[in-house]
Amino acid sequence: MIDVDQLRVRFGDNEVVKGVSFQVPAGDSFGIVGESGSGKSTVLRALSGLNNAWTGHIAINGEAVGPRRDRAFFRKVQMVFQDPYGSLHPRQTIDRILSEPLLVHGIGEIERRIERALAEVALPAAVRFRYPHQLSGGQRQRVAIARALIAEPEVLLLDEPTSALDVSVQAEILNLLADLREQRKLTYILVSHNLAVVAHLCPRVGVMIGGQMVEQLSADDLRGGHTRHPHTAELRSLSVGLEEVP
Amino acid sequence: MSTAFSLQWLLTETPESRSQAAWGRRYRAWLALRSNPLAMIGLVIIVTFVVLSLAAPWLATHNPGAQDLANRLARPSAAHWFGTDELGRDLYSRILYGGRVTLGMVIAVVVLVAPLGLAIGCIAGYFGGVVDRVLMRVTDVFLAFPRLILALAFVAALKPGVESAVLAIALTAWPPYARLARAETMTVRNSDFIAACRLTGAPSGRIILRHVAPLCVPSLVVRITLDMSSIIITAASLGFLGMGAQPPSPEWGAMIATTKRFIFEQWWVPTIPGIAIFLASLAFNFLGDGLRDVLDPKQR
Repeated sequence: MIDVDQLRVRFGDNEVVKGVSFQVPAGDSFGIVGESGSGKSTVLRALSGLNNAWTGHIAINGEAVGPRRDRAFFRKVQMVFQDPYGSLHPRQTIDRILSEPLLVHGIGEIERRIERALAEVALPAAVRFRYPHQLSGGQRQRVAIARALIAEPEVLLLDEPTSALDVSVQAEILNLLADLREQRKLTYILVSHNLAVVAHLCPRVGVMIGGQMVEQLSADDLRGGHTRHPHTAELRSLSVGLEEVP
Repeated sequence: MSTAFSLQWLLTETPESRSQAAWGRRYRAWLALRSNPLAMIGLVIIVTFVVLSLAAPWLATHNPGAQDLANRLARPSAAHWFGTDELGRDLYSRILYGGRVTLGMVIAVVVLVAPLGLAIGCIAGYFGGVVDRVLMRVTDVFLAFPRLILALAFVAALKPGVESAVLAIALTAWPPYARLARAETMTVRNSDFIAACRLTGAPSGRIILRHVAPLCVPSLVVRITLDMSSIIITAASLGFLGMGAQPPSPEWGAMIATTKRFIFEQWWVPTIPGIAIFLASLAFNFLGDGLRDVLDPKQR
């Protein structure tokens, strides 16, 4: 479904992503973990078409995509951002935010689709005509997920979708994402620095450090500590150590 | 529908349709504006001026162009409520008719300038790079010229008159708005919500028009209302130099300009149009300040 080969991204003289390759089969979800600045979000932005200063090879559904994407691409691939406070237009109601993708793609039945999208992410119909600042962080992230899914994409790119949220809300959002993937047969790529989040949602995980993907392993191996690269072991021990602190 | 259009229908927390939500929003905005006394004073003055100017033919006591040299520079009296000017014309009638010219010019300039400045600023700010550099250098060129001189040159190239004055002022007044809109655009163009718009596959034109420009409007509204008085003054200066409204057509700025030498002996002659300009400018400022608060839904 998604095939990334030797992806390189540079900002000026600084190469942030140094030849990353991975494949994600349809209906699967792939996690990318790494520290801040390891280039994991940059990989996602290059995939989504937001960053077009990359070289290498990206193919979605067997079709190679270039730096410039057409409208059909954006119907297939959507993204959920890290910060639900910044990813919703502050002057638009939820109704307007959700209808925008439908208007752009010329999809009909806007009323019914918005009602269904809100129900799917378990938001009350009453939020429809509110503004983002009148909602909580978790509700906003649900709106962002509803917006990403409303044009019925096949691939969802998740850029730290829970890191700006409370722990209890994080679990809700993760379960929602897991349920939606099952219902809609979506393909996920999840970027996070939180190993627990990635292992919860993704059967396969890639570990990035300094712009390189040093290891790809299964979530079970990660949980069991069967790591090959020392950095993965380090990340894991840090994460386990943090969890053990009461 | 008469029962449906109740206050409850407007103010419900759970509107059932898009139009109900939109009307509810408008009504709440109106309530917010109404609770701001300064904005309401401004609105009342502006509406009064506009109504008085439009109704000038019915309200005027004299023909604004009729001269009566025997009765020039008369004090305010029952026959001439605001007195008469240097040619014996009734000042009250001239103020009414002058409002048509002056307010008409101001509104025409704003209608021309605001969309132009907004469009250039948003396009430059959104695209950045070469587009930004070219558009901003053009803006710099217009900014660098002394406003009145450039306006004079334009009017001289066209023919003197109200329409040329409007065009000339518009051509010289847009650069600050473009700068302002560009600055606002730069603060939002890299935000996640604009990235999300791009990810819908929307063309740049749609993103600028529907997502970026609305964010620039409130600060632009405030800036424009603050500029209203200087637009009136520029119009008056052009009139004084013989390039704006042509006599005998009454125009508030030109009325001051032509009678300013009487300020010590017959002070009311230049003062009365001055008061009209002062009130109009003040009212626009009040209203603009109130509108900015109302236009920002976060402040409600």
